[in-house]
Amino acid sequence: MTLQSLDIVRRSATTTPSPRARGAHTGEVAKLIDVSKCIGCKACQVACMEWNDLRDEIGTCSGHYDNPADLSAQSWTLMRFTEYENPDSGHLEWLIRKDGCMHCAHPGCLEACPSPGAIVKYANGIVDFHEEHCIGCGYCITGCPFNIPRISRKDGKAYKCTLCSDRVAVGLEPACVKTCPTGAIVFGSKDDMKQHAAERIEDLKSRGFANAGLYDPAGVGGTHVMYVLHHADQPQLYANLPAQPKIGAMVGLWKGAAKPVALLAMAATILAGFLHYIGIGPNETDERDEEAARRELEKPS
Amino acid sequence: MADLTRRQFLKVTGATLVGSSLALMGFSPTPALAEVRQFKLARATETRNTCPYCSVACGVLMYSLGDGAKNAQPSIFHIEGDPDHPVNRGTLCPKGAALVDFIHSPNRLQHPEYRAPGSDTWQRISWDDALERIAKLMKADRDANFVEKTADGRTVNRWLTTGMLAASASSNEVGYLTHKVARSLGLLAFDNQARV
Repeated sequence: MTLQSLDIVRRSATTTPSPRARGAHTGEVAKLIDVSKCIGCKACQVACMEWNDLRDEIGTCSGHYDNPADLSAQSWTLMRFTEYENPDSGHLEWLIRKDGCMHCAHPGCLEACPSPGAIVKYANGIVDFHEEHCIGCGYCITGCPFNIPRISRKDGKAYKCTLCSDRVAVGLEPACVKTCPTGAIVFGSKDDMKQHAAERIEDLKSRGFANAGLYDPAGVGGTHVMYVLHHADQPQLYANLPAQPKIGAMVGLWKGAAKPVALLAMAATILAGFLHYIGIGPNETDERDEEAARRELEKPS
Repeated sequence: MADLTRRQFLKVTGATLVGSSLALMGFSPTPALAEVRQFKLARATETRNTCPYCSVACGVLMYSLGDGAKNAQPSIFHIEGDPDHPVNRGTLCPKGAALVDFIHSPNRLQHPEYRAPGSDTWQRISWDDALERIAKLMKADRDANFVEKTADGRTVNRWLTTGMLAASASSNEVGYLTHKVARSLGLLAFDNQARV
């Protein structure tokens, strides 16, 4: 197809790694969301819809600031608002988190996906869905520790943030990053983003947020969308951001142990049937069997 | 398998031939191929403008269909912030980020309209009619309500009964002129991109 396909490092439902001629020698990319700088204006949501040609249905007010109420196949990112009364300071804190795909280094969606090539991971760290291969089973939702993918009711396929892979591929930043008026969302190489985060954390600590820190969870091998949190010790404060996200045990069991065993059992069954057919052959009846059957039928019951 | 008959040998050979043929004809696992969505701005025409909403006046880049060729009718399909503009350096607020839908909105006002007192319908009028009517009403109101001096004799030259509320994708220079026109009339209630 294109040379781009050489940049794939992992592919769903494919045990053998794709041959890779090129690597991300300039490092992986990352998006850093500084929760402490976010004002909740939702420009990122609008820019995302504009760039990706998405228009969600106009919903109804659900009584809180989250709008739309949840992620959908047409809303790939969403500001989640939480009012938190800090017991230490007594202050009311308005915590705003931009929710969306975290682009994990070990993606649970890719792990769980049964359709070859429907989910791929590029060398730059982006995890992308390829809807033409998607069978709409929804296993990616089960596999995702952050509950991000959504199935479209229009075409029955799964959708989520692509980290604007089409923009990043030509050297641009994602649409949400570009539009952010306060600079709460920044984009660059993962190393640079970690350094930027370290500076922000130092600043937050000097302003009284002793537990400020970076959210780059090791349970999924680190992510390519990271947060600077003022309460990094309690990520669940931010609209239930999981403290220790992990790919579900069932996904590991089905895709790890059960799958090869089941495949082996299937292959053995087919092979046994084939050998039986060749070696022993099908059941055949001769004249004596037919005669016995006729007598059996004619016998008065 | 030592007592393989002639018939059984033919069956095995046939099955093998069918299997390998199926694999050759494409019933085998596909190689890992995938590509990102095509970059939609690659050869679009890029035009600079100013966001029409508020007085911050952010720079925007508008992308339209076609490369400017005579036979291509341009139509804007994407707008994002202008990274070279000193005001916003590429950023846009949610209203600015949604400008493309504002342009193509069926509710967008595209020509002057007039609603007579007591009427419930708008009627289309020409720009000349609109400007003439506005000028006449402004003159009448200003003649009636212009305050040259206060009660204690201080010169103020102000006109408090009319205001100007407007927005446009105008440049800094247009903003300067707008300011001069409005202020020289004595207008105080004044909000548009020339405000700041």
